Amino acid sequence: MPTMNMIQALNDAHKVMMRRDEDIVVFGEDIGFFGGVFRVTEGLQKEFGKQRVFDAPISEGGIVATAVGMAAYGIKPLIEIQFADYIYPGYDQIVSEVAKMRYRTAGEWTMPMVIRTPYGGGIFGGQTHSQSPESLFTHIAGLKVVVPSTPYDAKGLLIAAVEDPDPIIFFEPKRIYNGPFEGHHDRPVTPWAKHPASEVPEGHYTVPLGKAAVVREGNELTVLAYGTMVHVALAAVNEQGIDAEVIDLRSLVPLDIETIEKSVEKTGRCLIAQEAPRTSGFAAELSALVQERCFYHLEAPVERVTGWDTPYPHAYEWAYFPGPKRMKTALEKVMAD
Amino acid sequence: MSDKDPAPLKPNRPKLALHVPEPPFRPGDKPDFSKMKVPAAGSAPRPDVSAAASETHPLTTALVRVLDEDNRAVGPWDPKLDPETLRKMLRDMVTVRVFDDRMYRSQRQGKTSFYMKCTGEEAIAVAAQNALDREDMHFPTYRQQGLLVARDYPLVDMMNQIYSNKGDKLQGRQLPIMYSDKAYGFFSISGNLGTQFPQAVGWAMAAAIKGDSRICMGWIGDGATAEGDFHSAMTFAAVYNAPVILATVNNQWAISSFSGIAGAERATFAQRAVGYGIAGLRVDGNDALAVYAAVRWASERARTNQGPTLIEFFTYRAEGHSTSDDPSGYRPTDEAKAWPLGDPIERLKAHLIQLGEWDDERHDELTKEADAKVRAAQKESEKLGILPQQGKDNIGSMFEDVYAEVPWHIAEQREQALDENR
Repeated sequence: MPTMNMIQALNDAHKVMMRRDEDIVVFGEDIGFFGGVFRVTEGLQKEFGKQRVFDAPISEGGIVATAVGMAAYGIKPLIEIQFADYIYPGYDQIVSEVAKMRYRTAGEWTMPMVIRTPYGGGIFGGQTHSQSPESLFTHIAGLKVVVPSTPYDAKGLLIAAVEDPDPIIFFEPKRIYNGPFEGHHDRPVTPWAKHPASEVPEGHYTVPLGKAAVVREGNELTVLAYGTMVHVALAAVNEQGIDAEVIDLRSLVPLDIETIEKSVEKTGRCLIAQEAPRTSGFAAELSALVQERCFYHLEAPVERVTGWDTPYPHAYEWAYFPGPKRMKTALEKVMAD
Repeated sequence: MSDKDPAPLKPNRPKLALHVPEPPFRPGDKPDFSKMKVPAAGSAPRPDVSAAASETHPLTTALVRVLDEDNRAVGPWDPKLDPETLRKMLRDMVTVRVFDDRMYRSQRQGKTSFYMKCTGEEAIAVAAQNALDREDMHFPTYRQQGLLVARDYPLVDMMNQIYSNKGDKLQGRQLPIMYSDKAYGFFSISGNLGTQFPQAVGWAMAAAIKGDSRICMGWIGDGATAEGDFHSAMTFAAVYNAPVILATVNNQWAISSFSGIAGAERATFAQRAVGYGIAGLRVDGNDALAVYAAVRWASERARTNQGPTLIEFFTYRAEGHSTSDDPSGYRPTDEAKAWPLGDPIERLKAHLIQLGEWDDERHDELTKEADAKVRAAQKESEKLGILPQQGKDNIGSMFEDVYAEVPWHIAEQREQALDENR
């Protein structure tokens, strides 16, 4: 089985699906001849031609809007927004048009499209190359929100997203494009090749949307995470020697509530980890759901580890990023009661 | 104050002042358009459809007009339509006006919550549609009901949507007049202005990608050209040479804001085409023949891979913005009557009479027929209910079509809503 990093896995997902479905069209800024600033679309224009893979003007609103028109025509846009931090000019089209089309036309027009966008921090990206805006999309009825954390999942989830009849916002944690990141910025980065989830099958397979993965089984605590924070959380519980169950949500909407409930009912404690700022972040929704549905099983308040309620700073990267130190504090707190 | 403060401003320089455009007339003023330059019918040249975009630049400040003061069709843009087509367009336009009046009244009677007329603008959508093929696609705004009427869309279906009744194919989810019909090439109307303009470009790009022969028409008002979506539509249309007609209906008003607030004081809306390298035309929107000819020209251009065209239809919004608007608060009540381009229905009617193909008697008969047709549709539609009776049954349907399948969290909310309303 080939070994791939997340970029190669995503690239492979494009190729698998574009070979199967000639209605798939890929466009975005710098994604054509150049192959994307992160190389995710490398080689696609050469294989599939300029009619199906092409560069777009620097206009996120225009990229999403023309994708809406293409989906209305009946072809399938698989588009890229270069950084999630730059998705906002396309927000009106995503929220008002893409998300609501099936509903407002009672199913007459649908928007089966995938909007890929690299997100998250830990890379000295400063304010506009580090954001995690997932809660701005999980709040919008009609959108599905997906976040992979390994090459295997990245390919399988992207294929599932392309095949899904609903519009998907596909957040790619760029910190872990090349290798998993446990939050220890002072240690050398390990490439994906040393991680078992870099074994990526050739050809077509899917990882179902709406299904979480229990990436570490445990009995004392449930940790809910997605994206880079899955690796940060795993490392932290191992370092603290806690018998925690770590759940990689993979899909934020629809959410795998069964897996979450089952785990919290077993462990009685819940810690939620996200990179995004705290207030009104997706962790707040998760916390509310756990509290509403598992209240009588809880032995301690649900704890959240998040970014601070500030814009993402440059020089203070490691004081901002919810890394091992903050994980340790939170783990101690949630285990203390 | 620190010693690092910047140096004080230089003295004796003139004060800057913000310019805030004002319409020429406000309530109480006597509207006088005698200073408005109205080029003579037939005076605008008609370039070949293969002309370079740059050759159309003079046409972005001119006004393509076909019907002259004596109601004759003159000049190079005369589409030389047969009387049958002219009568069909007249019939469609009259139907739209009668329909608008009935539905406006229905809203006033409390049978629905909202309505928007297109009075004075009927020629634009009707003639545009008659100039296109049945399979071509429209991305309309809320003021192109003429597209549906010109495609012989069942009036009862339009009304069912307006009443959100049991016949409403949008299941009561959409505000009245936000029609949608795929089979009629009429894209779902959105309340968010401008969004559909670049979407039309995307549809046209898809048609080009798939080697189709259909083209697309996007619509926007003068006010909404200020939205960023206008700019992205123009950019993408130009970059990809998309087979699209981008229509700007300049009816002079965006609710209470006159077109100057959208930028019309300094340049025509058609002139925007110039900077993007797109062909541009400025057309008398109250002249059905000019509208037809311009759309036909742009459609031939698009269909032969010669690229997009921006057309400004110059017209006047003769009535309030919507049933929620009272225009007497911001403009003279008799401004529509003073408008120099007249009434599109009267002008087409006079042309047909001048041709010897029409008379007052037949026109009265046509109006009566349209009225009877609209009333019959209304009767049929109201059998299926009016708005105050709706929203009580089938509450569960509110939760469908958010996604292809109802996810668990929405299913739970559906149960709760059904419980609340049992």
